[in-house]
Amino acid sequence: MGSDQNILVKLNKAGFSLNNKWLVRGVSLQVEKGKIVTLIGPNGSGKSTTAKIALGIYKKIDGSVEKYTNKVGYVPQKISIDWTLPLRVNDFMVLTESLDKESIDEALSLTGVIHLKDKNLGDLSGGEFQRVLLARAISKKPELLVLDEPVQGVDFTGEIALYELIKKISDELNCGILLISHDLHTVMSATDHVVCLNGHVCCSGSPMDVAKNNEYKALFGEQASQILSRYEHRHDHVHTSEGEIKKN
Amino acid sequence: MLDDFFIRALIAGIGVAIVTGPLGCFVVWRRLSYFGDTLAHSALLGVTLAYSMEFNIAFSVFIISSLIALTLIQLQKRTNLPGDALLGLLAHSSLAVGLVVIGFLSFIRFDIMGLLFGDILAVTVNDLLIIWIGGALILLVLKLIWKPLFASTVNYELAEAEGLNPDRAKAIFTILMAAIIAISIKMVGLLLITGMLIIPAAMARNISSSPQKMVIYSIIGGLLSVILGLFSSLEFNTASGPSIIAASLFLFILSLLNIKQSIKLKN
Repeated sequence: MGSDQNILVKLNKAGFSLNNKWLVRGVSLQVEKGKIVTLIGPNGSGKSTTAKIALGIYKKIDGSVEKYTNKVGYVPQKISIDWTLPLRVNDFMVLTESLDKESIDEALSLTGVIHLKDKNLGDLSGGEFQRVLLARAISKKPELLVLDEPVQGVDFTGEIALYELIKKISDELNCGILLISHDLHTVMSATDHVVCLNGHVCCSGSPMDVAKNNEYKALFGEQASQILSRYEHRHDHVHTSEGEIKKN
Repeated sequence: MLDDFFIRALIAGIGVAIVTGPLGCFVVWRRLSYFGDTLAHSALLGVTLAYSMEFNIAFSVFIISSLIALTLIQLQKRTNLPGDALLGLLAHSSLAVGLVVIGFLSFIRFDIMGLLFGDILAVTVNDLLIIWIGGALILLVLKLIWKPLFASTVNYELAEAEGLNPDRAKAIFTILMAAIIAISIKMVGLLLITGMLIIPAAMARNISSSPQKMVIYSIIGGLLSVILGLFSSLEFNTASGPSIIAASLFLFILSLLNIKQSIKLKN
């Protein structure tokens, strides 16, 4: 059972419903040490929900989730921080774990925002704040990193650099990463395993496998799949506006 | 020295201010001022219970306020009413029931004004012990839950995701709120306790750049309010609670001058 010891979090047919509406259901996936698992899918397909199930934020879930680590770093997609709190970047870095100055400075330098250390969190731009969020998540050297659109609002060159950084972190810390991203190029180049969601798992596998998949194509269009493949399929089901799945 | 009522009041007030400083910051950050009010209103019921059953006042206020807090949590889960409506419901109904019960206890002479607005003459050596020992316990527990409570105040999901158990910290904080109201009711009075929590913290917000600084300034503001308030209470023969709160308002207004300056600097 050597590989099982590498599992950090495992979802078994997990689902979550709110007000009698399923946000996502039947998701099975696992994140292992040193591996990057990426969730892709259109808006409202349940990517963030799946991440929150994996993190244990949602508790009343269908199916089960097994988490084997408590050293978690999380970059949420949306974060509402109350600016009535006088909070500097430095205070925010030690929010969930006490860190020494070296770890804080190192993480802030890696994401390129060390110069903002004493700034008030409310005075940062969207991209700057995103870099601080990522720095905070990696500074505690987690075993599991959950990154929900970690580079949103970051400028183009910064985006590439941050994705390289994420890949590097996964190698250096040997931590598992659950990544949610819209950038298919990045997804395809840096990911070990892709899970394509649309309220349920449409398809999953290596980036190559997924790119060839007919459902992936149905969701993202021919061009997206031509990035990696010219393989063609016909899909066997469609999604109605109510979220039902109909066989063709 | 403890024979002097004024010295006793001063020692009691200083003890209360040291505890309301940090708790008040969380009340401001977590937007709990109306929640504090509700617990304070329900304290009247606790006081009447203490008189009729010859209990210790602080203890019975603590029990009743905790019960009201638990009731609120249950009502929030089981009804579709908004939080502020539930708070209003509990605040005013427990105040009303408390006053009705006082009506039945006509054989006991109540100092209602003292209950509502505080009475420094009423502070006994026993009360000092309750304030200082109870206060030390509150601060100790607050220190223990500081990290999860503060992290979830900033962002609940981050705290939950990174394994800090924010729900437990919130429940414990609710109990601490009931406890501070219980130990400070004689000093400030039940209508003004929330002011003692909020105003020094609000003053501190205006002049601080980090959460730690805000806690320290909030304590200092509370201490100055107590000292200023009690001396003027003695001088002008006014009730202790309103005098302390008026003093804290004075400090708050002073802190506004600082804000104006820093806004000018920014522009």
